[in-house]
Amino acid sequence: MPWDRNQMAARAAQELQDGWYVNLGIGIPTLVSNYIPEGMTVTLQSENGMLGMGPFPFEGEEDPDLINAGKQTITELPQTAYFDSATSFAMIRGGKIAMAILGGMEVSESGDLANWMVPGKLVKGMGGAMDLVAGVGRVVVVMDHTSKTGESKVLKECSLPLTGKGVVNRIITNLGVFDVVEGGLSIVECAEGVTEAELRAATEATIVN
Amino acid sequence: MNKTYPSAAAALDGALFDGMTIAAGGFGLCGIPELLIAAIRENGVKNLTVASNNAGTDGFGLGQLLESRQVKKMIASYVGENAEFMRQYLSGELELEFNPQGTLAERMRAGGAGIPGFYTATGVGTVIAEGKEHKDFDGRTYILERGMVTDLSIVKAWKADTSGNLVFRKTARNFNAPAATCGKICIAEVEEIVPMGSIDPDHIHVPGIYVHRLITGQHEKRIEQRTVRKREAA
Repeated sequence: MPWDRNQMAARAAQELQDGWYVNLGIGIPTLVSNYIPEGMTVTLQSENGMLGMGPFPFEGEEDPDLINAGKQTITELPQTAYFDSATSFAMIRGGKIAMAILGGMEVSESGDLANWMVPGKLVKGMGGAMDLVAGVGRVVVVMDHTSKTGESKVLKECSLPLTGKGVVNRIITNLGVFDVVEGGLSIVECAEGVTEAELRAATEATIVN
Repeated sequence: MNKTYPSAAAALDGALFDGMTIAAGGFGLCGIPELLIAAIRENGVKNLTVASNNAGTDGFGLGQLLESRQVKKMIASYVGENAEFMRQYLSGELELEFNPQGTLAERMRAGGAGIPGFYTATGVGTVIAEGKEHKDFDGRTYILERGMVTDLSIVKAWKADTSGNLVFRKTARNFNAPAATCGKICIAEVEEIVPMGSIDPDHIHVPGIYVHRLITGQHEKRIEQRTVRKREAA
């Protein structure tokens, strides 16, 4: 059985390190905050202008002035700091954020990431994703391994417009974990119940190990 | 010195013209200058180029100016919440310039700070870099992005004193601070205008030098995604 969304988020949470400032993207990456290991201090950045993002508010305590980058109502923590968007991206571009965990539509063996548009169909925009992949210390992409029709989304080259070129360090899919290395991808592990042969068969990208 | 105007329409009087550029603060519907946007719609000024991180939602915020076809071009980083926007863009009625979010914020900040251009690694190797100057620094490639100066900026703050010193609240600060600096004229709408001296000078987020006109009024402050958690049973 491949990992489900929550298992992928739990696996991604193992990438966190104590003391890190981290940015979590929209979708499965947001779920990573539910799996931060006990005793570990991780400060979440929300690129709309906040460090120290807290959980969703209790019903009736929603504040329209307090949202995350997905426009969801959230809460603050004792260590929270607020700032404007220029300052927010100064800390992103300036390399102060240790890691970003982002969703993806396609990823390539050279670490290219596409996650912001499908020409002629889906025109939403890159938001802060291009700044994040260019600026943070480490980029982890969490995504489904294949499309609904079963085609690999872990490719030799992306077909969609790129978010960043050669920016991805690690890929976590529902089938397993890869690192981007010289010459292609290196298998780190298979999802529970997925064989290495199945992982290889579902992957178009060059696997070096 | 009192920069207060009696209404959004009065504050906008003489500041609007067809074909102008406007920078607007806000992120999603959080911290948007909703009173000024409504008054711009009422005014009917046309062929606007609007720089804002998002384009509002259908029927609210900047979505109102799209509905009334007053916007010729949007400069934004994310427009996914607006079906009317998508329709006008895909049918060729609306021009769209995508800017990465941090690049857009820095373009406003730089423009307001007298910096005509800056180099950033954001967007290198993507469509964003096409046609832009590339330059290597210390072994890494960067692209040249332009500082932005607009004819007008419209922002929303929590409080102002009558001299235009602004204080924001929580994540409603977002693009409002950089947008306030990049307009030749900046109009701020706030929830409360207080007398000079009642805001601690150490707690001012945007100094009044950037703010030319001020209004206050009732804000709806609509929530885009209401997410809550259950209280644990005692």
